[in-house]
Amino acid sequence: MEAQAIFDTLKGKFGDAVVELQAEGFDPAFVVVAPASVKAIALFLRDDPALSFDSLMCLSGVDYKEKFAVAYHLHSMKHRHAIGMKAFLPRETPSLPTVDDVWPAANFQEREAFDLFGIVFEGSKDLRRILLPEDWEGHPLRKDYKYPDSYHGIKI
Amino acid sequence: MVGNADLFVNWARKSSLWYLLFATACCGIELMQAGASRYDMDRFGAVFRATPRQADLMLVAGTITHKMAERVKRLYDQMPEPKYVIAMGSCANTGGPFYKDSYCVVKGVDLIIPVDVYIPGCPPRPEALIDGIMSLQKIIMKKKNVYGAKA
Repeated sequence: MEAQAIFDTLKGKFGDAVVELQAEGFDPAFVVVAPASVKAIALFLRDDPALSFDSLMCLSGVDYKEKFAVAYHLHSMKHRHAIGMKAFLPRETPSLPTVDDVWPAANFQEREAFDLFGIVFEGSKDLRRILLPEDWEGHPLRKDYKYPDSYHGIKI
Repeated sequence: MVGNADLFVNWARKSSLWYLLFATACCGIELMQAGASRYDMDRFGAVFRATPRQADLMLVAGTITHKMAERVKRLYDQMPEPKYVIAMGSCANTGGPFYKDSYCVVKGVDLIIPVDVYIPGCPPRPEALIDGIMSLQKIIMKKKNVYGAKA
């Protein structure tokens, strides 16, 4: 299924929760969705027989300076088509529902986005830091991150 | 007489430098090369041990992150005296390519543990590593060991 057709299907099903299609410059194209509906849309994308996106290829956090985004790259083993899904989040309270019960592989990648961007995935089964030490302060891939002077007495 | 005893003890120590197999990055690949048959570090009496309690030499082969730093220190503390450290490659020496603008890499393993020999290179070839081991052997041969006497 082509990106435009997938977008139209989602738009017909979820209405205003599906904001726009970002096709130019992206391959696969991105469907921009409202953060609160991420989980419902993810379940539909996985379970609808015509879509059946059974593989979450990548889940990434993005910092646009004035806002954050979480980008999902989805692929269907059955239909051999792919689509991106993107949710923009406010910088002050970046949080959205988890998809780790939709695609179990999401857990590690959500933990990475939480670790490095501080994006909170509500309802996650295990949201801890994954790369940095447990007692690290701040989220280093944020563009306004200030490096600490030292960590446990070792200069940085 | 003491000089001869020193000579014997130092010779014994430099000829059986068992090293802790401790690779954290691509330098570890070169370390494996140096230990394998082509370069054969075994001929210097240097064989790898998988536990710090049997090791004389810690070969820090690779990048050390701040999360890893505590483990490195603990492994070093677990090694019996006398113990030596070789910092292998740019990352272990100074942080290497991560020196500038990195929040997570320790800028040189000498910030955590004392280092005897630094080997430059990114990564150093097995020849360079063997040269480092031979430099350490020369250092060991110069040690003065006075037992029982109050220094």
